[in-house]
Order: sequence, then structure tokens, then C-alpha cells
Amino acid sequence: MVKKVKKSYNNSKTINKVLIHILLILISLAMLMPFFFMISTSLKSTDEVFAIPYKWIPEKVMWENYVYMWENAPWIKYFANTAIITVAVILGQVFVSSMAAYSFSRLEFKGRDAMFFIYLGTMMIPFQVVMIPTFSIIKDLGWVNELKSVIIPAFFSPFATFLLRQFFLEIPKELEEAAKIDGCGYFRIYWEIMMKNSKPALTTIVIFTFMWTWNDFIRPLIFLNNSETWTLALGLAKFQGTYTTQWNQMMAGSLITMIPVLVIFVLGQQYFIQGIVMSGIKG
Amino acid sequence: MKNKNSIEVRQSILQKEWFWGYTFLLPAIIGFLIFTLIPVSMSLYYSLTEYDGITKPIFVGLDNYKSLFKDKEFLMTLKNTFIFTIWTVPVGAFLSLICAQLLNSKIRGKKLYRSIIFIPNIVSYVAVAMVWQWLYNEDYGLINTLLGNLGLYQPPWLTSAKWAMPSVIIMTIWKNLGYNMIIFLAGLQGIPNSYYEAADIDGANSFQKFFRITIPLLRNTTLFVLVTSMIGAFQTFDQIYLLTAGGPNRATQVVVYLIYMNAFQYFKQGYASAMSCILFAIIFAATLLQFRLNRDNNS
Repeated sequence: MVKKVKKSYNNSKTINKVLIHILLILISLAMLMPFFFMISTSLKSTDEVFAIPYKWIPEKVMWENYVYMWENAPWIKYFANTAIITVAVILGQVFVSSMAAYSFSRLEFKGRDAMFFIYLGTMMIPFQVVMIPTFSIIKDLGWVNELKSVIIPAFFSPFATFLLRQFFLEIPKELEEAAKIDGCGYFRIYWEIMMKNSKPALTTIVIFTFMWTWNDFIRPLIFLNNSETWTLALGLAKFQGTYTTQWNQMMAGSLITMIPVLVIFVLGQQYFIQGIVMSGIKG
Repeated sequence: MKNKNSIEVRQSILQKEWFWGYTFLLPAIIGFLIFTLIPVSMSLYYSLTEYDGITKPIFVGLDNYKSLFKDKEFLMTLKNTFIFTIWTVPVGAFLSLICAQLLNSKIRGKKLYRSIIFIPNIVSYVAVAMVWQWLYNEDYGLINTLLGNLGLYQPPWLTSAKWAMPSVIIMTIWKNLGYNMIIFLAGLQGIPNSYYEAADIDGANSFQKFFRITIPLLRNTTLFVLVTSMIGAFQTFDQIYLLTAGGPNRATQVVVYLIYMNAFQYFKQGYASAMSCILFAIIFAATLLQFRLNRDNNS
């Protein structure tokens, strides 16, 4: 009797698992379909793009589309601008946030926690709400059409500060005491003890900021009006505006700009996911 | 004597820490002042002025707000934003929860499925808006081709005022599905297995387990997902700008898009600032709501 029940239980478990797989495969197909469509269209000839009935796989693979796309816009310039912005934002954000986090977590002074909560509270002021005065400030500083207009304001991240503060609080005080006895100053403690023991949190911030900065659209759109300073996202959008009927070239361009984020995602997936989970815990 | 000494030492440390505490905070404080405090105050001030972005702002009191509440375009835009939010947030959260629930079982290839569902979230809207525009193409798009093959109605999607908003909503849900799924998955993993085992012994089926155990125990996670998605929905800009430019016939115009157009295309920055302040009030209310609900839950 018991055996029979167990067997039917196991059977229903197998059926369940098969069902779950079928559902997940269907969902995965739906999620990937636009990407498949992108790749397939990017390799079609212009005639085939508009062919009816629809062709899933191009008859003749047109690698030339990538060459035309590449020649039709200064992609290297866009890549370089985006890379400079992304690296600078990451470095600036890591330094500013980690220094603030060290102060908020380990140094004792009056008003510290109040300041931390005010800083954390600014997280709920989205850029979209303050974009008009921010543009005025950027203009007054003379930064319009310069890469620093999107770099420097991005240094100040309450989220990164919060994440690092939580991490610094977990580092044993004994390490710090030992360093103090050895005569280490505050900067050395910050660097040698705090930073060097926070690699997972720092990696999470680096990956998050990378994705976010690489894909950012509204800031470059407002602050960078000179094509010399366009980022990949902005350049791609303008390219799409110019070559509106060249679907194959536009898809090729979109795919090329995606490669860096996909690579970073594959390499640092676990950190990225951890970061999302931590943002959830915060709430 | 010894005691007195140690108090003095402690005081001197505290004085030193006061100095270093502020030194380490200095960059963050400067950034907070220039890129948060000043812009927020300026936003409030601009909202009370007539300002073209170039000449000196002229103080007009509450005129901008008065006109806004009479402005049919703004009211319609608010309505569009609410419709967008009401569809993307609950439907998106529900679908994310289903994906998380499916992934929370003991099956092979979990990580691969998770990555695939997550991929749309990591690429930029610019890169995917293009392909969606083509997918939605009335005559040549894949969606209508498939619907045609099934003998179903083929909507005019982006070219019709009626179908443009649903198009934007579907694409947004597709793009955000993976993000909330990860948060739900973390929430699900926090539910002790023993609850489900106990339910198994009582002979509960999967649906009973889902509605009686999973849903109630995920309350905090669900609230977090709903409120953060709501805040995100009110800030929507990229996909509107790229997919429909607010059209056709302003059917997909949302608040941030209208702010952008007024501030940077029509140069009505005072008017746009008043809209920003209203947007901020809405987001602020949503955040307070979240804190309130969280506190009520935890007590």
C-alpha cells in the first residue's frame, strides 16, 4: 500500500517536472524570439526582409549588412565614448561611495546616522524629476556636450553607498584594531582593511553600474547634443532615425551594441543577481 | 586617575574621528548638494515661474499648477501613465511570480532558464525597441504573420491609437519580467521547505500550496515588487521615446515624455518643472505607502 502510494506520488512528480519544463521552454522561446528575429533579419537581403510568407532563416546569408552598417556611422567613436563614460562612472562611484560608506559605518561623529538616512532618502528622487534643473547646472558649469556631463553626476549613488556600508559593517572590528596598533592611519585602514575585504560587494557595484551606464539613454539624450560625444545607445537611436527602412542594418547595429553587456552578464551573472536580491532586501 | 585618562583619550579619538568622518564624506556631500539638494530646490522654484531655459525666470506664483489642472493634454497624459502602470505592474508582477515559482522546483537547467528569462532586462531599450517595432509591423511583422496563420484578428499595433498602448505594455512586461522574477525567487527560497512538506502530508495539491502557503508568505516581497515597479512605471521614458514617440495621436504620451518635450523641445521649462513636481509628489506618496505597509507588516 505504502509502496503503491509512493509510486503514484513519484509518477505525478515526474509528470509535474515534465510540465514545468514544457512551460519554461515556452517562456524561454517567447523571451528569445525577438533576439532570434533580430539575428535573422540582420542577415537578410532587403528584398527578403519584406518577403511574404515570412522566412525564418535567410536564403542567402548577407554578412555584408554588417559591413554597410559599420561604414554608415562612426561606431568606433560611439564605442570609445561609451567605454570612457562607463569606466569613469564606475571608478568615481566606487571611490565616492566607498569613502562615504567607510565614514557611515566605522567612524563615529555627531549626526552621522541622520546624514546617512538623508542620503539614503535621496534614492527616491529619480533623475526624471530633477532633469530640468540638472540641465541648468550642467549648462552653468559649461559641461554641455562634454562627456563629464554624464560622468560626474553619476558618481553619487546612495544605492552603492548603502550596499558597501552593509558590507563594511560585517568586517570584523579586530582587523581594524590590529591595523591601528600597527600605526595605520584612516586612509590605510579604509584601503587595506575595508576595500580589500569587500571584493564581492565591489564586483556587484561594478557590474550594476556597467549595465546601467552602458544602456543609459535619457542623460546622453539631454546632455550630449554633439555627435562627437554620442554614446552607443544614443548613436544607435540616431542611426535608427536615419536609416529607417534598412531593417537589416538596424538589427545588425543593435546586435553589435549588445555584445559588451551580454559578455559582462555571462561573466558576472551571480554578482548581478546578488545585487538585485540585495536591493530587494533593502525595501 | 586612570579612568580620567581613558576618557581624555576617547575624547581625542572622537575629535579626530569627527574630522576624518567628514573628510571621507566630503565628496558625497558635495555631490548631494550640487546634484540633489540644489536641483530639487530649483525644480520647486522653476515650477513657480515662466522660464524658457535662456532668459531670466519670471515669477508667476501657482499659475503653472492652475493651468496644468485645466490642461487637457496633461490630464490625458496622466491618464495614459496610470493605464500603463495599472497594466504593466500587476500583470508583470504576476507573470514574474509564475516564472519564479516554476524555477523554484528541483529541475535541471534552472540556471539556464533563469538567464534566458533575464536577458531582455540587461540590454538597452534602444537595442530592442527597433526589433519590436518590426515585430509589430502591421503587414510584415512576425506577430501578425503568426496571428494570420492561426486565422486570428491582426491588430494594427503601433499605427493605431487603440493598440499602441497595449503594444508598449507588452514590450515593457517582456523586458522587466526577469528582474522581478529574481526578487520573487529570493523570496521563495526564504520559505522553509518544512511548510510544503507538512502540506504534502495533509494531501494538499500544488494550487492549494501556492495560494495557502506561497502567496501569504511572500507578502513583503510582493509589496516591494509592486511599489518599486510602480515607481519605475511612473518614470517610463525610453520605450515611449523610441517605440511610439508618444503617438499615434498622443495615445502613448506619458508624463516623463511630456516633461521632456516641454522642457527640451518647446522650452517651457517652468511649466515642465511644475509637472516634475507633481510627478515627484506621486512617487513620494508611493514610497511612503511602501514604508507604511512594510511597518504594518513587520509589527
